[in-house]
Amino acid sequence: MAAGVAAWLPFARAAAIGWMPVANCPMPLAPADKNKRQDELIVLNVSGRRFQTWRTTLERYPDTLLGSTEKEFFFNEDTKEYFFDRDPEVFRCVLNFYRTGKLHYPRYECISAYDDELAFYGILPEIIGDCCYEEYKDRKRENAERLMDDNDSENNQESMPSLSFRQTMWRAFENPHTSTLALVFYYVTGFFIAVSVITNVVETVPCGTVPGSKELPCGERYSVAFFCLDTACVMIFTVEYLLRLFAAPSRYRFIRSVMSIIDVVAIMPYYIGLVMTNNEDVSGAFVTLRVFRVFRIFKFSRHSQGLRILGYTLKSCASELGFLLFSLTMAIIIFATVMFYAEKGSSASKFTSIPASFWYTIVTMTTLGYGDMVPKTIAGKIFGSICSLSGVLVIALPVPVIVSNFSRIYHQNQRADKRRAQKKARLARIRVAKTGSSNAYLHSKRNGLLNEALELTGTPEEEHMGKTTSLIESQHHHLLHCLEKTTNHEFIDEQMFEQNCMESSMQNYPSTRSPSLSSHTGLTTTCCSRRSKKTTHLPNSNLPATRLRSMQELSTIHIQGSEQPSLTTSRSSLNLKADDGLRPNCKTSQITTAIISIPTPPALTPEGESRPPPASPGPNTNIPSIASNVVKVSAL
Amino acid sequence: MNLEGLEMVAVLVVLALFVKVLEQFGLFEPVSLEDSVEDEFELSTVCHRPEGLEQLQEQTKFTRKELQVLYRGFKNECPSGIVNEENFKQIYSQFFPQGDSSTYATFLFNAFDTNHDGSVSFEDFVAGLSVILRGTVDDRLNWAFNLYDLNKDGCITKEEMLDIMKSIYDMMGKYTYPALREEAPREHVENFFQKMDRNKDGVVTIEEFIESCQKDENIMRSMQLFDNVI
Repeated sequence: MAAGVAAWLPFARAAAIGWMPVANCPMPLAPADKNKRQDELIVLNVSGRRFQTWRTTLERYPDTLLGSTEKEFFFNEDTKEYFFDRDPEVFRCVLNFYRTGKLHYPRYECISAYDDELAFYGILPEIIGDCCYEEYKDRKRENAERLMDDNDSENNQESMPSLSFRQTMWRAFENPHTSTLALVFYYVTGFFIAVSVITNVVETVPCGTVPGSKELPCGERYSVAFFCLDTACVMIFTVEYLLRLFAAPSRYRFIRSVMSIIDVVAIMPYYIGLVMTNNEDVSGAFVTLRVFRVFRIFKFSRHSQGLRILGYTLKSCASELGFLLFSLTMAIIIFATVMFYAEKGSSASKFTSIPASFWYTIVTMTTLGYGDMVPKTIAGKIFGSICSLSGVLVIALPVPVIVSNFSRIYHQNQRADKRRAQKKARLARIRVAKTGSSNAYLHSKRNGLLNEALELTGTPEEEHMGKTTSLIESQHHHLLHCLEKTTNHEFIDEQMFEQNCMESSMQNYPSTRSPSLSSHTGLTTTCCSRRSKKTTHLPNSNLPATRLRSMQELSTIHIQGSEQPSLTTSRSSLNLKADDGLRPNCKTSQITTAIISIPTPPALTPEGESRPPPASPGPNTNIPSIASNVVKVSAL
Repeated sequence: MNLEGLEMVAVLVVLALFVKVLEQFGLFEPVSLEDSVEDEFELSTVCHRPEGLEQLQEQTKFTRKELQVLYRGFKNECPSGIVNEENFKQIYSQFFPQGDSSTYATFLFNAFDTNHDGSVSFEDFVAGLSVILRGTVDDRLNWAFNLYDLNKDGCITKEEMLDIMKSIYDMMGKYTYPALREEAPREHVENFFQKMDRNKDGVVTIEEFIESCQKDENIMRSMQLFDNVI
């Protein structure tokens, strides 16, 4: 039952009084209106703009947000209104839907914003009224096409890590810009297509006379040379076709495609010619086949996007072209018949039959007017002029449709290319934003550490706090900090990572160092796993050694741990190999762990989250106990 | 004689054009070329409406205002009322730009999706958060155990723990100091089992887990860390 009609239900029920006198059986009881409350006005505050409506209006559609109890989640107790932080313009349309039962789509609205709003309010877009439905569907389809275009070009440009040989070949064929080999192949085939077409043309040019016979075309004078050229071109085309056939993901579909048919038609005449060389009967057909060699020029469409657009336009305007052809055919037949009968009387008339008049009609309708057939009678001249006038009209009508189609497709292509060019810039910007956010965390870490370092050394310099971070930022940083603590690794940025890797790969012979750490200012780190192919393992992964740095960053010195019964094997190997850039700690079991965040060393702050003070004197002096087997366990 | 071939070709061409023309007018099978983007509008707006505020207030330990705030945020990201795994992974990855958080997000998703129907509704979401943020420490430990127990069989094996650990380490990304090694997660798992597995049977049961965690002050303290998140 439509929404607006619901208001008339009381009337319909009252009018049922007309049935009561004639009813035989007693009537059922009327449903009691349990909460008979007065209809109340609801205030909907959408981003500051207040809309008011009756509660019953909203309850007409109980499966939407506004009509169900879901709107209670948005009820603001203080102001006793429902607050939605959404677009008030679109909300107008949504509320009108409740009032009138018809959902309209405003033309100026962006289609995806509108869809988002409808999804938020729980309204299905299918109920858009007929007045606006066409527009909505058109815009939606355009958007989908654009997204598909983007996705396609994305997929084409993604470097997929592992492609089989066949797939790489196919990609090379389809996009010659993917590799140099593909580009070379592309240009070579283009060159040979051009050579082949020019050969076909020059073959027929008269080439000067051999004394004693008439003028010969070049093809017959230098027949061997032309034959060799033709053979070479056909070889190349055959090889190309076979390679494409091999590389195609779906061979059946490839064989049926237009380009492959053109390829086949371009090379078949040669082979057929080879097969039936000197048979006089079929030499006529042989000559015919040579005509098909001209189809090689269509192979250029792989090399030219404009040609492809033209072809696609013609395909998409097929109905207009069909109409053009049909109406022309009708007109030709009509006028040819008329002209034939009109000119029948005149002597020596060229209009010998109706099919013969077709030629005159076509030439006249397309305003060519060769003049080889002209009407001589008055009636013929009159009908001839009507024919030429109508020809102009009939041809001019479908042409603008074709032109506008071509223009639309061409501009779409331009837009796609522009979007692709802009996409690179867009991706770069997104990447910068991403690294910006991670850099923000590192930056704030450094600021925070610097602050604490300054405080602890007692220098009352002004705070380099920089900009105060917002609450959300600081909470995000806290989250990242927790992750660091869990895994016992820190986030650093790319340059420092590279730096570390390079430095640690240059360190060697740490065997001269003693295991005591207090004198060390520069300890090696474990190198990047991908560079150290040697398989020595440090027993405890959560206690790596770090380097003391400048005051800018704090270091945490973790000393290799104590007895780990399950991992003794690796420790012995660690002792043996001293020349691979790893610290030879853990030679004895005297070294204890000094995990900063564990409260046992009293000099260290016990708070889980605050960073430890600069470590140069700190934890080293507080290593009294031996083999304290404390292991940090990651909490959630 | 040698024109016959071409004559035949010409006649064939004219015939083909004629057939095409007739096709256009529906006399043969109409060939529709614009079929490409006739997309079916997937009624993907499977709208899910949560239960009323009152019921949620009873079922969880949040106040009315907190539920309102939670719902607004939830609905902003997922207007259809439910989150599926893809959305969830996408939302979660926004917070960890440096690493790959998709595996851990999957584990989280499975932990929140208590009825295993592939989607997390607002009720599931709020129920999980209620345990994490307002539950007792034992409840929270239980929830964490449930997260780690991937196949929900009541005990954590080394393989499950290794998967979880790897996913956590994945979130760190590549640029860490010190550089992440391949064995880092495994060693971490060994430590974990060292600590938690009392009877050294290779699996950690819920009792062992809770007992060991209750003995560790750090863990107990960190369980209270996120109380003021909402």
